[in-house]
Amino acid sequence: MIQPFSEWMQAKGPDADIVLSSRIRLARNLKDMVFPNQLNDQVALEMLNRIEEAIKSMGPSWNIRFTKLDNLSPIQRQVLVEKHLISPALIEEPVKYKAVAVDEHESISIMVNEEDHLRIQILLSGLQLQEVWTIVNQLDDALEQHLDYAYDNHSGYLTACPTNIGTAMRASVMVHLPALVLTRQASQVFTTLAQIGMVVRGLYGEGSDAVGNIFQISNQVSLGLSEEEFIHNLATVTQQIVGRERHARQYLQNNAGIVLADRVERAWGLLTHARIMSSEEALRLLSEVKLGQDLGLLPQTDSTFTQLTLYTRPGFLQAQAGHELQAAERDQMRAQFLREKLRGKSES
Amino acid sequence: MEHNSESRQDRVRLCQRCETRPASVHVGTIVNGEKFDRFLCEECAREEGAYHFMLIPQFTIQHVLGGLIGSTPGGQPKQAVVDETCPVCGYSYQKFAETGRLGCDHCYEAFHEELEPLVKRLHGSVEHHGKVPKRSGENILHERTLKELRHKMQEAIAKEAFEEAAKWRDEIRALEGQQTGRSQ
Repeated sequence: MIQPFSEWMQAKGPDADIVLSSRIRLARNLKDMVFPNQLNDQVALEMLNRIEEAIKSMGPSWNIRFTKLDNLSPIQRQVLVEKHLISPALIEEPVKYKAVAVDEHESISIMVNEEDHLRIQILLSGLQLQEVWTIVNQLDDALEQHLDYAYDNHSGYLTACPTNIGTAMRASVMVHLPALVLTRQASQVFTTLAQIGMVVRGLYGEGSDAVGNIFQISNQVSLGLSEEEFIHNLATVTQQIVGRERHARQYLQNNAGIVLADRVERAWGLLTHARIMSSEEALRLLSEVKLGQDLGLLPQTDSTFTQLTLYTRPGFLQAQAGHELQAAERDQMRAQFLREKLRGKSES
Repeated sequence: MEHNSESRQDRVRLCQRCETRPASVHVGTIVNGEKFDRFLCEECAREEGAYHFMLIPQFTIQHVLGGLIGSTPGGQPKQAVVDETCPVCGYSYQKFAETGRLGCDHCYEAFHEELEPLVKRLHGSVEHHGKVPKRSGENILHERTLKELRHKMQEAIAKEAFEEAAKWRDEIRALEGQQTGRSQ
């Protein structure tokens, strides 16, 4: 939680220009314990200590640091949400008995006492769902050495909400699909996905919209197939979507090259010159700049797209500034940061 | 492709307070005769108290679940089993119907009859085909084998095949020994 960016934001790995990240999250609960929404103070504290103990017992090779949410400022908590390490639900008050454990690369994160006792997550850049599964599976085994999970032979892992039982797994990819949106194919693709049990969400999960042409695709159902089968399905579908997006980009370049170039250059112009920038405008323009860079129409920047999008986020901006900022101040700070990052000037 | 007039789809307005969720509430305030417009998401609008006079129910998974729980496809709406509670944690079925969340792992057993059709409708299946916990899963497997062996031993005793019964007994002892060895 010291470095500004997580390792997965370096945009490495297969198809990382379109697949911004691959993520798998497992929900786990302790046997014979009430779920977090029913915990009283005494039991909650006992539970938190037990889980902290288990995480510490896993050995130094995992290098995971356990932090109670109480010990983080509201801005620090928000930054963790913006970096996709924890969910917005975890930072909802009261946070008294909630915690998060993160490794030094910020690719592992374990949420304690969100909706379930444990939410174990691995996040890597690019399309690497298999690799993510291998790690999260090992991490789950390592934790299970020290904790008794609520598990039923017939129903699988038991969760606070019946929508998650079985594998209790959600695998997801975050994809940047500007050309599918521009060519108006996105909604058709998403309708098809819904028919095969996949959900499409915006940048910040449930209830958020697809600003900046960034979408999260994940499995809806968690019971009835094995983890490997769910993952295979998502990986296959993602590959197809990547293919469609590349095809749409090619189409735009061939049929509307000048309009496309004009559009991305305008976005670049605004981001390198504007003095006031709202987060939605910034995200929209960054998406266009990213498209221009991917197609070789614009110069590359030192910061990756994912890193740049973080500069649009209110928590991250305030953490960078080192103090609280009002909305109008944020709009100026955002414009300044992005101007510098795109022009290649060092931070002042 | 037009580039100057953005399509509505491209321009998703974000909440001006949290800058994370999409804005869905327009809050207009007049201060000293000057009108200010703000666009907020539902949560922020509620937190700021702009909402207190109109309780708009949210459309979340809990509410959808609540709807699914009370109904059976094509049949009569099922009477909610209001009085039922989980014997382990005391959580009521009524509360589950309201929140979509259960109280503890034993609630699944307590409300099995009501939950099974719901799970089937949510997942299209009721049977787990995935991972088994590595450590406790071994015990689960052991227990299953032990149960089978005990059953065989009882059968052998019933037909007075004592030699066979002794063989099963030895196997059971060996397996039990393994298990205590592991849990130490």
